[in-house]
Amino acid sequence: MTESTYRIQGATGEWEVVIGLEVHAQVTSEAKLFSGAATAFGAEPNTQVSLIDAAMPGMLPVPNGECIRQAVRTGLAIDAQINKWSRFDRKNYFYADLPQGYQISQLYHPLVGEGALDISLDEKNPDAQVKRIGIERIHVEQDAGKLMHDQHPTRSYVDLNRSGVALMEIVSKPDMRSPAEAGAYLSKLRTILRYVGSCDGNMDQGSMRADVNVSVRRPGEEFGTRTETKNVNSVRFVMAVVEHEASRQVDVLEAGGKILQETRLYDPDRNETRSMRSKEDAHDYRYFPDPDLLPLELEDAFIEECRQSLPELPDAKRRRYQEDLGLSAYNAATLTADADTARWFEVLLAEGAKAQKKNESEVAKASANWLLSELYGALNRLGKSLDESPVGPADGAELLALVADGTISGTIAKQVFEIMLETGGKPGAIVEEKGLKQTSDTGAIEAAVAKILADNGDKVAQYKAGKEALFGFFVGQTMKAMQGKANPQIVNELVRKALS
Amino acid sequence: MTDLTDLTVAEIRDGFRAGDFSAREVASAFNANVAAASALNAFIVETPEKALEAADAADAARTSGDLKPLSGVPIGMKDLFCTQGVQTTAASHMLEGFTPTYESTVSAKLWDAGAGMLGKLNLDQFAMGSSNETSFFGNVVSPWRRNDGGNAPLAPGGSSGGSSAAIAARLCPAATGTDTGGSIRQPAAFTGISGIKPTYGRCSRWGVVAFASSLDQAGPMARTVRDNAILLEAMAGFDPKDATSLDLPVPTWEAGLSSDLKGKKVGIPKEYRPDGLDAEIAAMWDRGIAWLRDAGAQIVDVSLPHTKYALPTYYIIAPAEASSNLARYDGVRYGQRELPEGAGLQDMYAATRAAGFGGEVKRRIMIGTYVLSAGFYDAYYTQAQKVRALIARDFEQAFAQCDLLLTPTAPSAAFALGEEQDDPLAMYLNDVFTVPASLAGLPAMSVPGGLDAQGLPLGLQIIGKPLDEQSVLNAGLAIEERAGFVARPGKWW
Repeated sequence: MTESTYRIQGATGEWEVVIGLEVHAQVTSEAKLFSGAATAFGAEPNTQVSLIDAAMPGMLPVPNGECIRQAVRTGLAIDAQINKWSRFDRKNYFYADLPQGYQISQLYHPLVGEGALDISLDEKNPDAQVKRIGIERIHVEQDAGKLMHDQHPTRSYVDLNRSGVALMEIVSKPDMRSPAEAGAYLSKLRTILRYVGSCDGNMDQGSMRADVNVSVRRPGEEFGTRTETKNVNSVRFVMAVVEHEASRQVDVLEAGGKILQETRLYDPDRNETRSMRSKEDAHDYRYFPDPDLLPLELEDAFIEECRQSLPELPDAKRRRYQEDLGLSAYNAATLTADADTARWFEVLLAEGAKAQKKNESEVAKASANWLLSELYGALNRLGKSLDESPVGPADGAELLALVADGTISGTIAKQVFEIMLETGGKPGAIVEEKGLKQTSDTGAIEAAVAKILADNGDKVAQYKAGKEALFGFFVGQTMKAMQGKANPQIVNELVRKALS
Repeated sequence: MTDLTDLTVAEIRDGFRAGDFSAREVASAFNANVAAASALNAFIVETPEKALEAADAADAARTSGDLKPLSGVPIGMKDLFCTQGVQTTAASHMLEGFTPTYESTVSAKLWDAGAGMLGKLNLDQFAMGSSNETSFFGNVVSPWRRNDGGNAPLAPGGSSGGSSAAIAARLCPAATGTDTGGSIRQPAAFTGISGIKPTYGRCSRWGVVAFASSLDQAGPMARTVRDNAILLEAMAGFDPKDATSLDLPVPTWEAGLSSDLKGKKVGIPKEYRPDGLDAEIAAMWDRGIAWLRDAGAQIVDVSLPHTKYALPTYYIIAPAEASSNLARYDGVRYGQRELPEGAGLQDMYAATRAAGFGGEVKRRIMIGTYVLSAGFYDAYYTQAQKVRALIARDFEQAFAQCDLLLTPTAPSAAFALGEEQDDPLAMYLNDVFTVPASLAGLPAMSVPGGLDAQGLPLGLQIIGKPLDEQSVLNAGLAIEERAGFVARPGKWW
């Protein structure tokens, strides 16, 4: 385990920052937590609202089993205690985006208890600096609707599409000590959620957002008073909030002031946080058990079924890529940082092994290198993400197989790949159509070599006088004469033979 | 020819099937009584056309041989049940003009069973009250009068006072009620009719305007035990839309009716006979005990030691739940909205709720808000939940010694309107005998036990084990047969 050395240098000495995150993650589910209404993002306002979501008189909540299942799977993925007995509570407050006048949440008996996840602080070497971040609990609750203040000069509008959508609130322990750790924690959590499939992790669509708790203290002393910055919606912003809020607190303390326990808001345009409300005017939420719902009691078989349904998780996958596939730590980490990338890679690998009639471990390195350099380079250029890639993993595998069996050279492969990117064509067909097949016809290559040597008598003389660097010149000229299609190994051999 | 409005549900059903009269004749007769009884103020909305429509469907079904259990029977619907296309108010200004786009599960089941709707019955506002005086639409007047010549208008009980008054006055043969702390049983006792609150979870709460979710339970009210059995069969049943609904088959209670109580033990809880219990109530209770013994039951003394805590416990839990359940009436989406000039959101809430809720509703919202607030929650709400568990355990232990309990339904006969209105505690005491069974979720019924010296009805309460509505109904039937209760209010309206 790693101890953080991140310190803020104040005028009066060093300060340590203490960070805890409460992450709200929207549960991936067709329907809301307690109603059958749909949950698709971006629908017309108030088109995904049931009588229950609008809190019509006499309407009752009924738990959606799929949302509970996803939260349990998430808990299992962070090694957490699953509470077989949990209960829903009402959090009472009035607001126009909260039709019931209360949010159904879990205060006293959450569904998921203590767990943890590991973060890596060195990207290049993920096992070098690992820190375990404790997770206090995960509970499920309803999301609120949305107020729209920009639709009318004097009125506010209410959109209830999000009202009642299931959220997991994932509460960390105050275990993070630097902006980098907070960022790494949020990234890792997002990775795990996406692997598990319990949340799409789309922070820009609001389906994952964090409340950032920050305090500062002299290293080794008691925790200071914390502030909570609400609804921060990117990893970068979380890191910025920590950095800004910690130094603001240090300034206040060093000026002899006190930190108020308060709720703050982050303004990304100005990169600053400001006070929203202090503890004094905090709501009294009057939590009590929701009498419309019975306690949630889970059977062992259900929990076991959830466990069985979990995919290979990112840490295990990364280790397997390193140990079984022989990939570098960096490549393994990069490929497993995102569930979609790993899925893409594994299809590429499986297709490659099949095409080359080899074990996956034998084609893994070339596949990883091609994906991370060739494909990523091209996608970067095109401004596309992996799931928008014009070249699919099966086509990529076919291309790599053509290189591996000597049908084309690496150089030609780059040309073929460009054509694939443009046309979406199959590599085999492109090679065939454009006549790009590599030749191993020694007669043709020998003739070409003989012609190059004859045309460059002076250079042959220099070479023989000891200027060995000219060897590459003869090979290059031969390849050029063969229009790049000659097998480079054979060219090498024949040039050497002709010069000896 | 007999007056059709004097018939019971069973008699209407059977007579209609036998061809003695048409469903339209029945509906028309009740519609006429309803129209002529505005002095009772039992209905908030009258729906004679709905009653006729169902009657015509029943008449057609009789021709085609496609009869349903309640074909030909018109009923009244307490205005706490949401009815599609018909204003539903919970007797509040807050929901005045609110017309649901949906039908409550219980009312839908009744219509599916062939019943027709005579109208929406008045009640205490949001079912909070024991006299029907908290209705925004004015109090219901009981059809009963004291025989002292004073003619003081009397309370029909509450909160299902529209239901009780309408049945006693022959405006409908049966009606729905809801019971949170006695709202079916106490009005039934006050008006000389019967009513049963089934085991919590038997009837779906979906589409019933909520008062206190862990206590609210729908049930029927009618003049006979048999009619209650018939109605309850149609109303009960598992509803996947209510997470507290019991997933159990509905027994055939009517077919199971028997007044032979041989082998049954009936417990008499001593805590229900406090010092100062009204002598006439005590005498009626003793008669009830004798009747059950006569029916073959063995009488045993039992103790429910935590009974005295039931009322304060109830008046913490019910208002706590109500304060949260009624938060949705905020003027944003439906119902009343008060928007004073220049008002912000908080001002709109305050103005809307100040204007939309009556005094008793506000009192309970404030009590509930207080007992749930930080610093008081453990002392009140948590403590009340613990006592509630003790009260439930009292019943469990008593039911180890007996099958049923017999008690008075209410500590007095109907009081005059206005008599207890200014003293909420006196009013709350009306529920002292009914609240314990509510807190324990047990089936409980009130049946007429006789008249007091002033000629007013008194009720006997039978409390049963969870899910044992059959034994409750059977004991009710045994009392009904022996009480020979035929008194009815003289028509003055």
